[in-house]
Parts: sequence; C-alpha cells; structure tokens
Amino acid sequence: MSLGSYAPFIVISYLLVTAVVLMLIIWIAIDYHRQKRHLRELEAGGVARRSGRSPTDLR
Amino acid sequence: MTLIDLANPTRFLTLATRLLPWLAAATAILLAIGLYQSAMAPDDYQQGATVKIMFIHVPNAWLSMFVWGVMSLAALGTLVWRHPLADVAAKAAAPIGAAFTFLALVTGSLWGRPMWGTYWEWDARLTSVLILFLMYLGLIALWRAVEDPSRAARAAAILTLVGAINLPVIKFSVDWWNTLHQPASVMRMGGPSLDRAFLIPLLVMAVAFSLLFLTLHLAAMRNEILRRRVRALQLIQVAQASQRPA
Repeated sequence: MSLGSYAPFIVISYLLVTAVVLMLIIWIAIDYHRQKRHLRELEAGGVARRSGRSPTDLR
Repeated sequence: MTLIDLANPTRFLTLATRLLPWLAAATAILLAIGLYQSAMAPDDYQQGATVKIMFIHVPNAWLSMFVWGVMSLAALGTLVWRHPLADVAAKAAAPIGAAFTFLALVTGSLWGRPMWGTYWEWDARLTSVLILFLMYLGLIALWRAVEDPSRAARAAAILTLVGAINLPVIKFSVDWWNTLHQPASVMRMGGPSLDRAFLIPLLVMAVAFSLLFLTLHLAAMRNEILRRRVRALQLIQVAQASQRPA
C-alpha cells in the first residue's frame, strides 16, 4: 500500500477520526464512573430511591 | 420485553447494560475488517490514494444526518407522546452527532485540498453541513443553559424539529444547486455508481460506524439516566435536610 504524495492528508484524516472516537469513548466512560460515584456517595449519605432499591442498582 | 417496557428507564438500563459488551465487540470487529479493506482498496484512477479518505468521510457524513434524524424522532417522542426516554435519547445523541459532523467536515476538507485545490468552498453542501454542526452546538448549549429539565426538553425538541428542515437541504443540495461537491454516488436512483472495490469497504465502514453510534448512544443514554437519578436523589437530600429541626 503506497499513499504517495497524498500520504499526509490520508494519515491526518485517519488519526483525527481515531482521536475523536477515542475521546468520545473516554468521555462517556469517565461520565459513567462519575455518575456511579455520585450515586454511591448519596447512598452512603442515607438517601434512598422511592423504590427502596440501591441508587447504584442498574436493575 | 416489548417496546412499552423500554419506556421504563430502569428496564432500559438493564437491557443497555446487557447489550453494550456485545455491541462494542461487534463494532470493534467490523471496524477492523473495514479498516483492513480500506487499506487494501486500490487507488482510484482520478483521486489516487485519497479515495481512502472517502471510507471514513462518507460514513461520518451519513451519520451526521442520521443522528439528527434520530433526534428528530426523539423530539416527536418528547412533544407528542411525552415518552420518558425521548429527551434522554436526544440529549445523549447530540454530542455524538456533533463529533460525526465535525469529522465529516474536517475529513472532507483534507480530501478537498489535494482534489479541489482548496480546504473550503462556500458551496451549498459544505455550508449546509456547517450549519448542521452549528445547530448541534446550539442544541448542546441549550440543554446546558436551561436549568429545568422539562423546559429544556421541550425547547430542545422544537429546535431539533426546526433544524430537521436542513436534512433534505443537505441531501439534495448537490442536485438543487451547482456545487463543487460531487452528487450522490451510493444512495441514488439506478443504484450505486461506485465500483465494488470501493463500494464494499465503504459499506462495511458505514455499518461499523453505525454500530459505533448505537454503542456510544446506548452508553451515553445510560449515563444520562444515571445523571437524572443523581439529580432526583440530590433534590430528596435537600428536602430531607430542610425538614430536619435546626
């Protein structure tokens, strides 16, 4: 596979897409752990859901 | 489990948590196959090796419009049926759609420089996609700016439906106006005009990116449901604190 003189445009395109997709994945994963941490803190503080289930219970 | 059952956020969380690992695995496998096929695809007789940019540009461009379409359906769900997950779905999709639109614009520019001799041209297709990107940013800003979630949901739903007018403008801009951007070569009357050597990697990448969107969207919806649960519990906490004797 030879990209010739267009290599910089092609490589930058693929690197950029990879970087943005990775950023999305990392941002969503961090947000998930942040929300779970908030729920654990609320549970530790004695706040309960109306259903009586644990706030961190995903069921 | 029926669609009605999924109106319950807790049931939706159960399903999303079960599905996410499988969707992530399917996405990774299809992306790997698509990237391999893209790398092995021959050079185009006119575009040379820059045709490889099309394998990532086109799926991102399709998804930039598809995500707004999903958000428009969700907006109807918010305004007409008051579905509890409709606003969650729209709000979770917006940043992902914005990212796909940004990538479509930038990869298109990077293809345009060697092929057209310019990174940017104010033609109808490019300008309407830029407007779509700005609408995504505006919608994200609106959700952040309005404190009350139900008011934010209604305002965002109306803005989303108004913005949906831009989708046919983007799609048919290359037919309605003289544009530098080439006309449709896959979704067109008479079938795709692309050679199989390019069409197959392109379709594999399109399915892979669609699965990527589905995976990220489900995960982001799960986060949004948890965020709303946090908010509801914080309100209970504040109410409990205010009822305690001083």
